[in-house]
Amino acid sequence: MRKCSLAVLDNLFAAIAKNATLYIPASDNAGGAKFTKWEEGTQYLDTLNTVKSPKDFFFPHTEDLMEFKVTGKNIELFDIREESEDFVVFGVRACDVKSFDILDRVFLVDPVDSYYASRREHGVIISLACTRPAETCFCTTFGIDASSPMGDISAWKTEDELFLQANTEKGEAILKSVEALTEDCTDEKVEEQKDRIRKIMGKLPLANLTTENFGGGKTKELFDSEKWAELSEACLGCGTCTFVCPTCQCYDIKDFNTGKGVIRYRCWDSCMFSEFTRMAHGNSRLTQLERFRQRFMHKLVYYPENNDGLFSCVGCGRCLAKCPISMNIVKVMKSLGGEK
Amino acid sequence: MQVNEYRPLIVAFCCNWCSYAGADLAGNNRLNYPADVKIIRVPCSCRVNPMFILRAFQRGADGVIICGCHPGDCHYTSGNYYTRRRMALLFSMLDYLGIERERTRLEWVSAAEGAKFAATMNDFAQKVASLGENKRLEDLRCKK
Amino acid sequence: MQKITRDVLVSKAVSLLENGTVNAVLGWGKGEFVYDVTPTMFETADEIRENFVWNDFCGANFSKYLVSKTKKIEGKILVFLKPCDTYSFNQLLTEHRFDREKVYVVGVPCEGMADISKVKALAGEGIANIDFTDAGLVVTNFYDETKTIAYADVMAERCVNCKSKKHVAFDELLGETGEVISSARFDEVAKIEAMTPDERFAFWQGELSRCIRCNACRDVCPACTCEKCVFDNPNSGAENKAPATTFEEQMFHIIRAFHVAGRCTDCGECSRVCPQNIPLHLLNRKFIRDIDNFYGEYQAGAEVGSRAPLVDYTLDDLEAADVFERREEE
Repeated sequence: MRKCSLAVLDNLFAAIAKNATLYIPASDNAGGAKFTKWEEGTQYLDTLNTVKSPKDFFFPHTEDLMEFKVTGKNIELFDIREESEDFVVFGVRACDVKSFDILDRVFLVDPVDSYYASRREHGVIISLACTRPAETCFCTTFGIDASSPMGDISAWKTEDELFLQANTEKGEAILKSVEALTEDCTDEKVEEQKDRIRKIMGKLPLANLTTENFGGGKTKELFDSEKWAELSEACLGCGTCTFVCPTCQCYDIKDFNTGKGVIRYRCWDSCMFSEFTRMAHGNSRLTQLERFRQRFMHKLVYYPENNDGLFSCVGCGRCLAKCPISMNIVKVMKSLGGEK
Repeated sequence: MQVNEYRPLIVAFCCNWCSYAGADLAGNNRLNYPADVKIIRVPCSCRVNPMFILRAFQRGADGVIICGCHPGDCHYTSGNYYTRRRMALLFSMLDYLGIERERTRLEWVSAAEGAKFAATMNDFAQKVASLGENKRLEDLRCKK
Repeated sequence: MQKITRDVLVSKAVSLLENGTVNAVLGWGKGEFVYDVTPTMFETADEIRENFVWNDFCGANFSKYLVSKTKKIEGKILVFLKPCDTYSFNQLLTEHRFDREKVYVVGVPCEGMADISKVKALAGEGIANIDFTDAGLVVTNFYDETKTIAYADVMAERCVNCKSKKHVAFDELLGETGEVISSARFDEVAKIEAMTPDERFAFWQGELSRCIRCNACRDVCPACTCEKCVFDNPNSGAENKAPATTFEEQMFHIIRAFHVAGRCTDCGECSRVCPQNIPLHLLNRKFIRDIDNFYGEYQAGAEVGSRAPLVDYTLDDLEAADVFERREEE
């Protein structure tokens, strides 16, 4: 384990940014935080969660896939993807790190999504243990330990020091490149912090939330539950929950006619939108109840059924904080029997 | 021949009954106005949805002008009165968002005013040309 | 702090439900925490006694729900409306969006609602409890800290600039109704107008570039009740799910605000729900201010049946070319 004083944090960022583009949580000038490209003077913001999750780094909100040019009867195809460059994301919380596992199981299975895969290859994650979890946090429900985040490098921040532990080769390489700024140390202080965080996690109001009643094999029972009507009653059908979610991975592929050609791009889609699942014959989910149910069934039943019991929620709490009507996965789970 | 000289692209929405006929008259009278003006005929100036204007800017227009019958002369009695309110508010909003106010205009041109049509277009094209390319309401995808 | 208590609302709801005046109650439902209330349809007295909430976080405007809920429920629905909500209610009635006979409106006075993001900014994350006391909000957290915050410091922007404490629609009032207030709600708009075009452009680019196109502003808006929005309709040519370019963001927000111009009551729900804290009300208020200046003062929803300025005209209206002169004269 290595450590450095927080006083040299900027030097550490500068050293990392020398070899790769570095992103750190910084203010979005509207009361929130967002991962921002580090440049001389970028102020690190000690925040719990960014407004949008870091899934953008691997699965961007919109991305151009290819371009067509049509001349007469000829169609030419152009690969217009931007070359991925090496990048480092600092300050990813344990829940968000776990979300990459969930996305990997979607995009890296055969057929591999080469756009996603290329970004995954070029990205290095430096995670950061939570020091001040919020009332909306419930990562423990999904077996995530906020005090021991994974990623290429795990980091812990105390009052005055930053502790770093490499978990992968990529992480080792980064730590090696900043060797001059850090020193070897014992994990005593880190263990202390871990204890403290785990204690807080146990005290949080959502600590009693459990996944026992969910998972593969529960489809019939939960799908037919009468609770969905009541739960979805006030849902506005906006995409806030989906777009701030670190694990939502549905997208749409669309063509944009530029007047000179066609750009094929993909963008995030939301199962909460009325046009989602619209096909040639029409739409298979006509009511908000069905759309609402789909989102939670996917996270709590379908995904674990297909992925060895892994749930497609990491308990980051973003949807709890942002839903305009304060309806969210916690209320759904409690209502469907997910409270100890 | 100079090929690199900047020419603005101007979209003119003209109502079928007055302004479009005015443009016709300008042509018949051999009055000059810039070829940069592309006319789109609409049944009434009131047919112009704000979205049309934004779309024109998106796809490369540097200026958008809407022409209709003089107040009181609308073929549909009152269409242009609604246009007047809508455009007043829309132009003010575009200005509020920092988009150059000279890029949009509303003019009343009757079927008898071929000369006014040509003069209006000349003036508008010149003003827009002096502003240069529309950079603030453009879609970069259309610039490629 | 709200002057009227939860008990008053609950007993009113229960008695109207039990005497058969209404068959359902649209109110604020309890959440996981003190502040995350959910609009809820209560159909039994027990549910109301157990889950009904009335506190400083009951900001949600229920008017729009009436469009769908009146079609679903047999008989009348009791709806609790704060003064600003009643304007939206009237505007929807003007547009014939629901049957007035199917609604029983109970007007509740409002002292202004708190903005939880402001509370969190002052008290930090990890809120364990919030008590509403005369001295202010007493916030305790999981880190053994307690903080007393004045109501004024965490009041939502729309409440700081409250335009009216008067209920313009109700069947029954709880407590007293107030007056229309001359507020400073256009000050921010004037400030932006006073900027140079470059500054204005930079300001709005900064704000709108955060947009994630979740459509929450549109979906919550009581003036946005189209059965099918152009932005959802693949045949409209305007459908777009993503903030693909800066143009798309501008387009969406200009058209959204334009579509509600003259019908927007300035209830402020759009800004409340924006996950990115974009001050969307500043677009709506610009239209309201312009309408007031160009065509005479108009408050959407102040009375049922009034003609919205964009579906009206006079023979000697201001010419579009004179808009800027008019503004500079002010």
